[in-house]
Amino acid sequence: AGKSTVDEEVLDSLEEALVSADVGIETTVKIIERVEARVARDKYINTSELNGILQEEIEATLVDAPTANNYDFQSDLPKKPYIILVVGVNGVGKTTTIGKLAYNFKKAGKEVLLGAADTFRAAAVDQLTIWSERTGVPIVKQAMGSDPAAVAFDTVSSAVSRGSDVVLIDTAGRLHNKIHLMDELSKIRRVIQKVIPDAPHEVLLVLDGSTGQNALEQAKQFTAATEVTALAITKLDGTAKGGVVLAIANQFKIPVKFIGVGEKMEDLLVFDKHEFVESLFNLERR
Amino acid sequence: MFESLSDRLDSAFKNLKGEGKITDLNVAATVKEIRRALVDADVNYKIAKEFTDTVREKATGEKVITAISPSQLMVKIVKDELVSLMGGEATELNAKGAPAVILIAGLQGSGKTTFSGKLANYLKKQKKLSPLLVAADVYRPAAMEQLRVLGEQIGVDVHLELENKNPVEIAQNAIREARAKNKNVVIIDTAGRLAVDEAMMTEVANIKSAVNPTEILFVVDSMTGQDAVNTAKAFNDRLDFSGVVLTKLDGDTRGGAALSIKYTVEKPIKFVSSGEKLDTLDVFYPERMAQRILGM
Ligand SMILES: Nc1nc2c(ncn2[C@@H]2O[C@H](COP(=O)(O)OP(=O)(O)OP(=O)(O)O)[C@@H](O)[C@H]2O)c(=O)[nH]1
Ligand SMILES: Nc1nc2c(ncn2[C@@H]2O[C@H](COP(=O)(O)OP(=O)(O)OP(=O)(O)O)[C@@H](O)[C@H]2O)c(=O)[nH]1
Ligand SMILES: [K+]
Ligand SMILES: [Mg+2]
Ligand SMILES: [Mg+2]
Repeated sequence: AGKSTVDEEVLDSLEEALVSADVGIETTVKIIERVEARVARDKYINTSELNGILQEEIEATLVDAPTANNYDFQSDLPKKPYIILVVGVNGVGKTTTIGKLAYNFKKAGKEVLLGAADTFRAAAVDQLTIWSERTGVPIVKQAMGSDPAAVAFDTVSSAVSRGSDVVLIDTAGRLHNKIHLMDELSKIRRVIQKVIPDAPHEVLLVLDGSTGQNALEQAKQFTAATEVTALAITKLDGTAKGGVVLAIANQFKIPVKFIGVGEKMEDLLVFDKHEFVESLFNLERR
Repeated sequence: MFESLSDRLDSAFKNLKGEGKITDLNVAATVKEIRRALVDADVNYKIAKEFTDTVREKATGEKVITAISPSQLMVKIVKDELVSLMGGEATELNAKGAPAVILIAGLQGSGKTTFSGKLANYLKKQKKLSPLLVAADVYRPAAMEQLRVLGEQIGVDVHLELENKNPVEIAQNAIREARAKNKNVVIIDTAGRLAVDEAMMTEVANIKSAVNPTEILFVVDSMTGQDAVNTAKAFNDRLDFSGVVLTKLDGDTRGGAALSIKYTVEKPIKFVSSGEKLDTLDVFYPERMAQRILGM
């Protein structure tokens, strides 16, 4: 079924599918232009050929993770302890993602340590403590209200003396336009480097998959404060498509490593470009 | 940040200087820019289309007053239309009842628990009521403890049943407690849920039927993108909520979801939440929201 020519109408519906997945106008236009250029030579192609071309062009905008093989969780990590600092705006799923990562690393036989550096949000330490109990992974924590950089310092120091393989540091949610809160993150980073100069080895920015174009600004500002190295996109078990990561990949070249598809510790997937792009397509066929 | 609408329109109108009227022709060139500006502000794509059709009609034939440029006039038309769509009668929260029951619902992480604390604080301080907060999220790790801490910060009692896994029962017990303790408003904080989660949507619908709320507030993150319409519609279909709360407006999001939701479910936006502290609650101003969406 479907059309045999790529006309305005087809391209319009393509635009609608991408924009409705939060890909954003600029990136959508870029993708469509590339598709147009490719089909210009051969006007009569069928829908499945068009879908193939489109899929290729979208996948091409996504960045490959340079260390993707670390994330089968089994492989040896490049450093020991391997320090992962988890950052992001409020409520995106940082703490939950840490719980899921802890579960996966532990299952793969790694010694994991959690650091409760969100000392601000009500019951944040209790929340991470429950995750530490669920996953059977130790946690370093201090009282609510204490200096988050001090907690991070303690955690990393403790990881060194315990011989942990991987350290997951939780931070308080913060909006990227709050300068003092972003400075606090930079400070956490510096303090970690007092213990291990080349740490954190990964700064994981967690994005809520239902977020619209503001995610671009989040990527920009968190990168400025902490040199984000990877993204996790959460809540993709709903109807939101998380298409804004295409725009982020396009502008900032940060790879997506994980996606969250639920609230349980098993609900974390290693990002698969192909599947992700496919799920954007399903929109059209709905 | 994205360009503001006036900057975009300035470039779109560059070639039209000196024209006295907005015509079919020159409006067509700008409608596309307006639509793109709205979509970049996270207004739903389809709604942006319908909206610009209305704007096109309103604008055609308008005289460009000499003092004003065509782009300024277009911006004004767009803004006025946005304000009128998001505005309407200002509707206050109904907190009358013995006790009044306010049910809070929404997606995961949208800000429900924080808002529950803020609302309790507002009703206590501004309205001189005596609220009871109810911890009916039996799933999220430490959700009950989070609400307990917030209640303590504002000096409001929290109904807690740490061992009870049935939110319907918890809500019913809380109302009994409120009556016994002469509390006049009960605020029920529920777990975050996805609209496609049938079991969880049924659960919140069951809480609704069990407690017959005075108000049901749908809490939504102002950074939400295109999916805001689907979510709002799904929650409204199940709960027929009475108002919307927009959170995290202390960020720099344009907040187009506000328009999408209002347009889709036609329910008033009753509060905006703009901070993590419990005194950062405000009523909704359509004018401010319109300016924000347009980057003015
Ligand atoms: N459906 C779904 N819910 C999720 C997912 N990840 C996290 N959540 C839920 O989102 C809510 C917020 O998650 P948290 O992990 O507390 O988020 P956070 O970023 O640590 O929040 P703050 O520390 O307050 O900034 C919780 O209800 C989680 O259960 C996911 O992938 N899918
Ligand atoms: N900056 C800012 N943060 C907010 C606002 N409202 C809530 N938050 C933060 O957003 C995060 C999530 O808020 P919660 O109140 O826990 O959200 P929730 O909807 O109850 O989350 P679940 O119960 O997990 O579904 C927390 O870090 C809050 O401090 C707001 O208006 N501005
Ligand atoms: K959210
Ligand atoms: Mg957290
Ligand atoms: Mg909550």
